[in-house]
Amino acid sequence: MTAAVETPALAEAVPPRKLVPPLGPVPRVKQPTSAERVLPSGLRVVAVRRPGVPLVELRLRVPFGGTAASHPARGSVLANTMLAGTAEHSQVELAAELQSLGADLSVSSDSDRLIVGGAVLRTGLGALLRLVAEVLETASYPTREVAGERSRLAERLAILRSQPSVLVGEALNSRLYGSHPYARELATPEAVQAVTAAQLRKLHSDRVRPEGSALVLVGDLSPARALDTVEAALGGWTGESTARPLPPLPPVRPQPLLLVDRSGSVQASIRLGGPAVRREAPDYPALQLANLAFGGYFSSRLVENIREDKGYTYGPHSRISHSVAGSRLVIDADVATAVTAPALLEIDYELGRMATLPITVEELENVRQYAVGSLALSISTQAGLASTLSALIGVGLGLDWLREHPRRLAAVTLEETFAAARTYLAPSGMLAVVLGEAAEIHEPLATLVPVETA
Amino acid sequence: MPRASLPAPSYPLVRTVLDNGLRVLLAPDRSSPVVAVAVYYDVGIRSEPEGRTGFAHLFEHLMFQGSANLEKLAHFRYVQSSGGTFNGSTHLDYTNYFEVLPSNALSRGLFLEADRMRSPRITEDNLQNQIAVVKEEIRVNVLNRPYGGFPWLLLPPVLFDTFPNAHNGYGDFVDLESATVADATDFFDRYYAPANAVLTVVGDFDPDEALALVGEHFADIPGRPRPVRPDFTEAPLDSERRKSLPDPLAPVPAVAAGWRVPDPVGSFGDYLPYLVLGEVLSDGDASRLEQRLVQGDRTVTQLAAYLGLMGDPFDVRDPTAFVLQAHQAPNATADQVLDAATEEFDRLATDGLAAGELDRVRARLLAQVFRDLDPMLGRTQALAAAELVHGRAELLAELPGRLAGVTADQVRTAAATLRPDRRAVLEIAPGGAK
Repeated sequence: MTAAVETPALAEAVPPRKLVPPLGPVPRVKQPTSAERVLPSGLRVVAVRRPGVPLVELRLRVPFGGTAASHPARGSVLANTMLAGTAEHSQVELAAELQSLGADLSVSSDSDRLIVGGAVLRTGLGALLRLVAEVLETASYPTREVAGERSRLAERLAILRSQPSVLVGEALNSRLYGSHPYARELATPEAVQAVTAAQLRKLHSDRVRPEGSALVLVGDLSPARALDTVEAALGGWTGESTARPLPPLPPVRPQPLLLVDRSGSVQASIRLGGPAVRREAPDYPALQLANLAFGGYFSSRLVENIREDKGYTYGPHSRISHSVAGSRLVIDADVATAVTAPALLEIDYELGRMATLPITVEELENVRQYAVGSLALSISTQAGLASTLSALIGVGLGLDWLREHPRRLAAVTLEETFAAARTYLAPSGMLAVVLGEAAEIHEPLATLVPVETA
Repeated sequence: MPRASLPAPSYPLVRTVLDNGLRVLLAPDRSSPVVAVAVYYDVGIRSEPEGRTGFAHLFEHLMFQGSANLEKLAHFRYVQSSGGTFNGSTHLDYTNYFEVLPSNALSRGLFLEADRMRSPRITEDNLQNQIAVVKEEIRVNVLNRPYGGFPWLLLPPVLFDTFPNAHNGYGDFVDLESATVADATDFFDRYYAPANAVLTVVGDFDPDEALALVGEHFADIPGRPRPVRPDFTEAPLDSERRKSLPDPLAPVPAVAAGWRVPDPVGSFGDYLPYLVLGEVLSDGDASRLEQRLVQGDRTVTQLAAYLGLMGDPFDVRDPTAFVLQAHQAPNATADQVLDAATEEFDRLATDGLAAGELDRVRARLLAQVFRDLDPMLGRTQALAAAELVHGRAELLAELPGRLAGVTADQVRTAAATLRPDRRAVLEIAPGGAK
């Protein structure tokens, strides 16, 4: 090894230019083998072989939307106590059984669905499915465990509601969704404390049913055999759900900026919400690419402007949020209090630029490559593919959509991207919410847009 | 243990050292057309100078601001327009930079890493811009939220005495604002020598072709001496230490306790049982502290017990800690929580593990190890960290066997060290509206 001590050239003395290597030929992505079956109970089962490590990922998705005001609280407590005991096992026995299979299992709920999800060493798949069936068929919601868990959940919700991201998210949802159930996804501690074990047993009986549900397995498995294993284990789980489709989303109506005071904040949390379309809409691929170019990845206009040029924020981001009842565009940036209004001005400027001038050919090719590559990466893992597939199935799509999406992205033209930007990224179509120290940011914001305080 | 039939994933490894001292580790895996490139520099939070807290992390940001042949913003654009993703992160003992790319971008990924190893473009404008960005990062992750930095930034000053181990690695704003271009140039010269780094490449490539590409991009970077790493060891605690911090944003009290543990590298055999101990104590509803504190006493609403202040059991050097953290239920005191935890440690130390307890906990641990290794990036990072910190990427493939070899007696012995007089305790006193 040489011991030459040479101070490397820094900015002042740039050495002879080297060329960035070109890309090689595009590699072919192998499609994984899969199998699918709808059981007599109505449960749809999809098994995909991806033998990276000796595990199987599991996602059972049960439709769980509800319009009743009590639903978010009951749904949250149900998700947190579904594993608290069955006809055969106590909470601790069930957890110990799961551990000995090398399994991790958890239950979560949101406005659309309940997910029973986890992973297991491949040798334990059959046994895990039998435990899942036992939970689905005989979860007992023991009174003592329910009482303990609802108190803990109320405490955890209080902690969540002290997070600025949660508070501003709620404020944005109230603006975006109005009277739709999506506006009140996060339960209140008080509502959670009022939930009873009897209510949970009834909710489980009404809603935790195979009709309309989908089970996704991804991992080191043989797809056909996995379907048989599922059928043998879950064949006894039957019955129809009382779940009904949620109403469609209300249109996004421009309103004054909503300012929410959070005393002591050292940043302002800016959120914008706007219209978007579902993944199967003809202009979705163009919207996806336009959004990436605007603020959907690091090399976007928004990041290059308000982070890399102006240093207003650490991570601004724009994304399309897909739910069963519809899709919305959401932009977020947490910025230093002193630059709240300038940051909002730059966000509006970049939106306006997207809506009034087409992006460059180079920008389009960059986001296209990124969209194709990052999709492949996100589904290259067992867990990533399982979660993505489960979400797709929940909105009526599936593996076909995943396989064909790169082709749809490849076909998007500059004109289509511009049309999508005009339709969905126009600043005039956006709602804005800001959470922060109102005394410091109200006046500067009001110089830009009408402001309403919460 | 009963999982002997499970094949442990094996990663064929190819190594070389370039003339400039750069260590190179290749792990070919042709199962999907993806490659990961990672460069790990042997400098982290512990090495930053006094008066320059947060500098290792700030410098990590500066490494993305352009380099010998690349303008500002070019690095991001080249990676992402190739269909790839990138990031970097700063740890106690190292700083890493990485990309995951479609396999046709391997040469490009190597070029990008080589170019900034050769010479980053550190300018006054870029420095001031990234100081502002880092301050917003600290605000969003620490200052503007309740429990910010709990306990990873807040416990070390109680647990350690010396600046390298005790100081805030995100940095004080005064220190960050004092950073100069000259500081950055010196830091680069001293710590970013090829001989102080490990380049790890994982994925879909032919090893000979990849070695040729590595040589093409990295071999002409001039060598500089590898800095001598100081000894950061500290004497163990001889009595309990406590500190309480007000958190005006927090709605409920929280407590963390840390105990020093054996050298994660030099005494790996004594260290590993603490990993199992963490699972015995806090993994899932059947774990001992969940049963006692959450379900039984109901003094805690959520808890975790784990190895490593940053949850980094295999990529940290001595000294490090075993950590217990808990959010308390209303009216429960920190002492109620700590006393009950001590009773559980004593019970474990005295009576040992229950029948079947070790087997089920090890099965879960094994599944977690696999789950972390499934993403190519996770595997690359684990291999790179094992190579840099332990000097042996083979550690990863050996881990299932090493875990299987941990005995009930070792777990019991580890539990016996979690005594009150060896612990550092940090309490969060809430001031937030509920």
